[in-house]
Amino acid sequence: MKQYSNVIAAYSIMLVLIILVGVFQSWSIALSIFNYCMISAVMTLGANIQWGYAGLINFGIMGYTALGGLAVVLVSVAPVPEAWRVGGFNMMTSLAIIIGMIFSIKYILKKIKKSKKRNYLIAAIIIIGLILIKLISGPAIENIEAVEPAKFGFLGGLGMPVLFSWIVGGFFAAGLAFIVGKVALGLRADYLAIATLLIAEIVVSIIKHEDWLARGVKNVIGLKRPAPYEIDLQTSPWFINLVEKLHSTKLAAINSFSEKQDLLNQLVIDASSIYVKLCFAGLFLVVVIILLIITQKALYSPWGRMMRAIRDNEEAASAMGKNIVKQHLFIFILGSAIVGIAGAMMVTNDGLFTPGSYRPMRYTFVIWVMVIVGGTGNNFGAILGGFVVWFLWVQAAPMALFVINLFTAHLPETNELKIHLIESAPYFRFLLVGIGLLLIMRFRPQGILPEKIIKQ
Amino acid sequence: MDFINAIVVLLNYTVLPALTYGSQLALGAIFVTLIYGILRFANFATGDMMSFGTMFAVLLTYYFQSKGISFGFLPTALLTIPFAVAMMIFYMLLIDKTVFSYYRIKKSPPVQLAMVSLGVMFVTQAIIRIIIGPTDRRFLDGEKFILKASEFKEMTGLNEGLTIKSTQVITLAVTIIVVSIMFWFLNKTKTGTSMRAYSDNEDLALLSGIDPKRVVMITWIIAGILATIGGILYGLDKSYRPFVYFNNMLPIFAAAIVGGIGNPYGAFFGGYVIAFAEIFLTYAYKRFFVYLLPESLEPNSLMQLLSTDYKFAISFSILVVVLLFRPSGIFEGKKI
Repeated sequence: MKQYSNVIAAYSIMLVLIILVGVFQSWSIALSIFNYCMISAVMTLGANIQWGYAGLINFGIMGYTALGGLAVVLVSVAPVPEAWRVGGFNMMTSLAIIIGMIFSIKYILKKIKKSKKRNYLIAAIIIIGLILIKLISGPAIENIEAVEPAKFGFLGGLGMPVLFSWIVGGFFAAGLAFIVGKVALGLRADYLAIATLLIAEIVVSIIKHEDWLARGVKNVIGLKRPAPYEIDLQTSPWFINLVEKLHSTKLAAINSFSEKQDLLNQLVIDASSIYVKLCFAGLFLVVVIILLIITQKALYSPWGRMMRAIRDNEEAASAMGKNIVKQHLFIFILGSAIVGIAGAMMVTNDGLFTPGSYRPMRYTFVIWVMVIVGGTGNNFGAILGGFVVWFLWVQAAPMALFVINLFTAHLPETNELKIHLIESAPYFRFLLVGIGLLLIMRFRPQGILPEKIIKQ
Repeated sequence: MDFINAIVVLLNYTVLPALTYGSQLALGAIFVTLIYGILRFANFATGDMMSFGTMFAVLLTYYFQSKGISFGFLPTALLTIPFAVAMMIFYMLLIDKTVFSYYRIKKSPPVQLAMVSLGVMFVTQAIIRIIIGPTDRRFLDGEKFILKASEFKEMTGLNEGLTIKSTQVITLAVTIIVVSIMFWFLNKTKTGTSMRAYSDNEDLALLSGIDPKRVVMITWIIAGILATIGGILYGLDKSYRPFVYFNNMLPIFAAAIVGGIGNPYGAFFGGYVIAFAEIFLTYAYKRFFVYLLPESLEPNSLMQLLSTDYKFAISFSILVVVLLFRPSGIFEGKKI
C-alpha cells in the first residue's frame, strides 16, 4: 500500500479538482471534462505502451484516432441501399483489385529473386492496378456521392451496435500500425517521429477527401449511442419521478403549481444530460480499468521485462536471442490499437464524426505532453497525465480570464490592452501546456509518477 | 503556335508557382537541416519559429504603412526584414539559452531535445496567437504584377497569358541571394568551415580548438535569418496565418529528409522536389493536351492524376518512398 501512496494522493487531488469544477461551474461541465479525461487516458495508455515500454516514438496518434472514429461510422451507421445499388459493386471490385495487387506483389517478392526484372514487374502491377481502380471506381464514386448529397452521399455502414465499433476501431488502427511499422520501424527515433507524423497526415487527408467513405468534411452526425437519448429520458415517467424524488425538498418549498412544474422541467432537462454523461463515464471507466489491469499485468510479466530490456539495451537483448524487430512491431501494433479504441470512444461520446477536426496539435502533440507529464513507463502516470493535461487544456481559458481580470482590474473596460488580452484568453492553454511540458522535462524528466521497477 | 501555347500554360500554372513554393520550402528545409546537422535534433517548432519572425514583419508593415513609409513598387515588408530578423534572432538565442542549452550540455539523446522542442512549439504558438491572433492577414502592398496576362497576350499574340506576380520574382531573387550568401559563408569562411567540422565530428572539432558556444550561436543566427525570410516570402505570396505556418512544418520536414537531412544542398533541392511533385501531380492537364493533341483525341476528363486535396499527402508519400529505398535521402545526408 505504501508504495502506492503517491499514486493515491495524485489521483485524489485530480478528483477533488474535478469535483470543484462541478461545485463552482456545473456538474455537466465537470462530467464532460471527466469523460474526455478518460478518453485521453486511453490514448495515453496506448502511447505509453509504445514510448514507455519500448521507447518507440509514435507521432501518428492522430491517424489512429481518426481511424477509430471512422470505424464507428462504418460499423454503426445504417447502410444506404441506394448508394450500394449504384456504386457498391464497383467499389467492391476495386477493393478486390487492391487485395489482388497486394497478394500478387507478395507472391513475386517471394518467388522471384531480387533483380531489375522483379522491380519492373512490381511497378507494372502497381501502375496497371491503379489505372484499373481509377477507371472502375471513378464513375461509381460520382454516383454514390450524388445520392441525396445533403443527407447521405456515402455508402453508409453495417448498422451494427455501436459498442462493437470500439473493437473494430482497435483492429483498424492495428492494421494501419502493421503497415506503418513494416515501413518505418527500422528508422532512428527522430526520423520515426517525423515519418509517423506525416503518415498520420496522409491517413487523415484520405478520410477527409474520400466522401463516398464517410462523407469527408461534410461530417456524419447523429451517430448511435450506447446510452439513452436526453429527449427519451425527459418524457419517460420513471426518470421524472426520480428527479422529483431527488429534489423533493426544493420542490416542496414552492407553492404555485405552475412554477413548480417549470422548475421540475428545468431540473429534468439538466438531470437528463447528467444522466447520459454518467452512462458514458461508466462505460469509459470500465474500458480504462480493463486496459489498466491488462497493461499492468503485461508490464510486470516476463514479456514486460523483455520489452524494458530491449528498450534499455537493444544489442544486449538481441544477443540474448530476442527478436527485436518482431517485438517492436508487435508493441507498435498493440499501442496503436488502444489509441484506435480511444478514437472510437471519442466519436461515440460526441455523436458525430468530423474528419476536418483531426489536427496534429490536438490529437498528437497534446497526447504526447500527457504521456511525458504523467510519467513514461508508468501506466498510472499515463492515466494521470491524461487527466491533468486535459484538465489544464480545458480550464486554461477560464483560469487565464481570472488572472487577466485580476491584473487589469484598475484599467477601464475600454482599455485596448485589456480587451485584446480578454479576447486572446483561449490561447493561454498553449502557453500553459507548453510551459508545463518544459518545466517537467527540466526538473522531473521522468514525469509526475515515475516508472517503478519492482524487483522480483 | 499550339505547342508554344501549351508550354505557356504549363509555365503559368505549374512551373512558376512550383519554383516560388519550392524556394519558400527550401529556405525552411535548410533551417531544419542546419539545426539537425549542428545542434543534432529534429526541431518541431520549425513552422512556429517561421511564423514568429513573420509576425514581426506583418506588425512592422502595418506600422510603417501608418507612418507613410513605403518601398516604392516593392512591398513594404521587404523593408521590415532586418528588424524582424533581429527580433527573431533575439528570440531564438533566448530560447536556446533558457531551454536547449541545458540539454546540450547534459548531452541528452536527440529524442529528448525533440520533445523539448515540442514545448517550445506550444509556447511560441501561444505567444503568436496572443500577440497577433489566429486570423488570416495579407500584408502585400506595392505592385502586384510584373506582367499581366492581357499584356503578355498583346505582346506575343498567343491565346494563353503568362502572369508573373511580383511576389514570385521577389521570392526567387531573395532566395537566390540568401542561399548563395549562406553557401559562400559555409564553404569559404573560417567560421563556416568550423561549423561544418562541428557538424561532422563534434569531438574532433572541439579538440582542434573550435568554440562550441560560438558555433551554436552562429547556427541560430543563420537559422533565424533563413526562417524569417522564408516565412515572410511565404506570407507575401499567399497570406499570413499562424495555423498554416504550423502545418507548413510537415512539407518542410519532408523536403529536408528527401534531400538528406543534415545536408544543406540536399535540403535546398528537396524543397523544389517536394514543390514540383505537389504541383505537377495535382495539376489538371486538360488545357495542356487540348493544345497538343488533334481534336479527335481531345481529352474529355480533367486529366488530373490526383485531386488537389491530396497536395500534402503527395509530398509525404514521396518521403515514405525515399525513406524506404534511400533512407539517407536523395543527396546523401546523415546516417539514419
